[in-house]
Amino acid sequence: MKTMTEIVVPQLAESLVSATIDKWLKKPGDRVDLYEPICELLTDKVNAELPSTVSGKLVQILVESGETVPVGTAVCVIETEGAASADSQPVQADSAPAPAGSPETEDAPMRGRFSPAVQQLAAEHNIRLADIAGTGLGGRITRKDVLAYIASGAGKSGQPGSVGSSAAAAPAVDAAVVQVRSSGLHLTETPRLPKIEVEGAAGLGRGDSFIDVTPIRNTIARNMRQSVSEIPHAWTMIEVDVTNLVLLRNKLKDEFMKREGINLTYLAFLLKAVVNAIKDFPIMNSMWAVDKIIVKRDINISLAVGTEDSVLTPVIKNADHKNVAGLAKEIDELARKTREGKLTLSDMQGGTFTVNNTGSFGSILSYPIINYPQAAILTFESIVKRPVVINDMLAVRSMANLCLSLDHRILDGVICGRFLQRVKDNLESFNIESKLY
Amino acid sequence: MPAMDYIDAIRLAMKEEMERDEDVFVLGEDVGVKGGVFTTTKGLQEQFGELRAMDTPLAESAIAGVAIGAAMYGMKPIAEMQYSDFMFPATNQIISEAAKIRYRSNNDWNCPVVIRAPIGGGIFGGLYHSQCPESVFFGTPGLKIVAPYRAYDAKGLLKAAVRDPDPVIYFENKKCYKLINGDVPDTDYTVPIGEANVLREGDDITVIGYSLPLLFAEQAAEELACEGISTHILDLRTIQPLDKEAILEAVRKTGKVLIIHEDNKTGGVGAEVSAIIAEELLYELDAPIMRLCGPDVPAMPINPPGEKFFMLNKEKVKEAMRKLALY
Repeated sequence: MKTMTEIVVPQLAESLVSATIDKWLKKPGDRVDLYEPICELLTDKVNAELPSTVSGKLVQILVESGETVPVGTAVCVIETEGAASADSQPVQADSAPAPAGSPETEDAPMRGRFSPAVQQLAAEHNIRLADIAGTGLGGRITRKDVLAYIASGAGKSGQPGSVGSSAAAAPAVDAAVVQVRSSGLHLTETPRLPKIEVEGAAGLGRGDSFIDVTPIRNTIARNMRQSVSEIPHAWTMIEVDVTNLVLLRNKLKDEFMKREGINLTYLAFLLKAVVNAIKDFPIMNSMWAVDKIIVKRDINISLAVGTEDSVLTPVIKNADHKNVAGLAKEIDELARKTREGKLTLSDMQGGTFTVNNTGSFGSILSYPIINYPQAAILTFESIVKRPVVINDMLAVRSMANLCLSLDHRILDGVICGRFLQRVKDNLESFNIESKLY
Repeated sequence: MPAMDYIDAIRLAMKEEMERDEDVFVLGEDVGVKGGVFTTTKGLQEQFGELRAMDTPLAESAIAGVAIGAAMYGMKPIAEMQYSDFMFPATNQIISEAAKIRYRSNNDWNCPVVIRAPIGGGIFGGLYHSQCPESVFFGTPGLKIVAPYRAYDAKGLLKAAVRDPDPVIYFENKKCYKLINGDVPDTDYTVPIGEANVLREGDDITVIGYSLPLLFAEQAAEELACEGISTHILDLRTIQPLDKEAILEAVRKTGKVLIIHEDNKTGGVGAEVSAIIAEELLYELDAPIMRLCGPDVPAMPINPPGEKFFMLNKEKVKEAMRKLALY
């Protein structure tokens, strides 16, 4: 079946009444695809390509290049054929009041827009909307069109639900009396709970259990999500030779325990090394503020302290004012307060850079999430003895990895590389003579 | 059953209630000796005396305040605002005192006051005599608001308002006074507050409204019937609380709804009605919800072309109805 379809000048802007054909992109005999440009239009407001509304063969040009015509004028004729009409043919064959298929697609911009009422009726009665002629605005199928179609009994033959559809219509009337509403989330009523069977449900296996999300878990989840979704994370790692530091700590730790009553941890040395490096690279101690970067003057180190079921980041304020012994004391106190749940709000506020001692639970490599809104987070991994080549000779050295996640909006590879190198230098320059106080 | 004018139905309601219950009294500017500027209270002072048809100073806040106080004391006052335009000095009394007293006193006190106020334009009244202040009071919990269109409802709703234990604002349309005429039983009946009424059955489009514009809808529906367009018309009658079930039922009949009122469109009663429909009946809608209301212009113009532009009329409503039917 072949149909001739006219392509008209569309309303390109509200106030436009005419358009000029600038150039034909197709000539008679050419094949034209749906939406393919067929000519270029010039108007006072816009210059546009005129897309074809059908696919077929261009048979005749009605308006030559350079001519100006009013909106709505047909500019060419396209012969439609093939798949589209072949598809619609069987429909027309078996439905008695055949809707005039092709002319409608041409001047029926609302043909394919179905209101909720129409869709609902069509679904209830198992009707193909393509079979119904639309009498509404722009060829729209109205609710009444569907009702009339149902009443006419068309579209029933061959439908699997044809017997049921008339039966289904009767309960629908009853339903109208019982339940008027078809939509709505009723906030003032008791919320209608979705039917979820908790026990024995498919998704939940035997012995699975629910854990209530605690407020702290919720806070962690929110902060992590905010950080990951707002901050473009980048990651880098460096390897540090801490052999001399190990020797130094072994020499001092017993005496320190006697004198101060607390453990002398590697973390205290690391913090010292980090803080000193931050002093050299203050940009590490900053935060993103959309139109500017805020570089913080105080160096307040957030220390990630894990417990069995959460992680907190209490803050060592003015960490740059403290020596290794002082840092060791702070670490001990904050760790104790965290475990005992005695942290105060002021213990948690004001952090500018986070250090996480992931080595304490045996990690050798981690990819930390930045403690929002800071610019970077550094982890201190396990110290392990490894064979290392020094001056072409193998040596057994105590090695540790430092991993750094950074806010790539603020920081780049070069500055972070230098910063990590400085931390590494600081750590490696501890030796048996270094002083704690 | 006698046919009577809308204004006579209102007067009859007051007369009957005052005869029935001696706690009922009217107060307002010129309601006594003059019998009201529209003659709404004509004859009441002769029949019931000046203590029960009381002339007041030109002070709406005092009229409302006195009425509220009397109501809390156990009386059944009907306070008249000469024009609803003059009502705003009393807004504080109505919204902050009358509407809230039951809640505020934990149910110890209530306030069975009726405040009557003529609304609407089209009477060459200009700025101070044409306003529709429904949206000012609409949405205030604790207030009931009725706005009758038919003479029958004018009487029945006013009697229901007098007997209601809580404050009721009674918006009567001043252009309806002599324009609307209908059957009004001389029996003692009330129209329940909170119930809408189907004025006309149809299955192409639904028109929902209240007060005068329903006249235009009825006239337009008559004419459109000749064109084969069948109109369903719902008179809200009470605009607070809205009769949700009736609204939904009416919309469900056709899936196409036009909401009309004279109060301006933005934030009007129609906005709430359309929100209810959108919330509850999304899957029944066959066309976008349509509203035809007064323009968002500060005041009714006094010049005749301006007033004509501002007011709804049969032609405007008919055009909107046809547009919706053809959609």
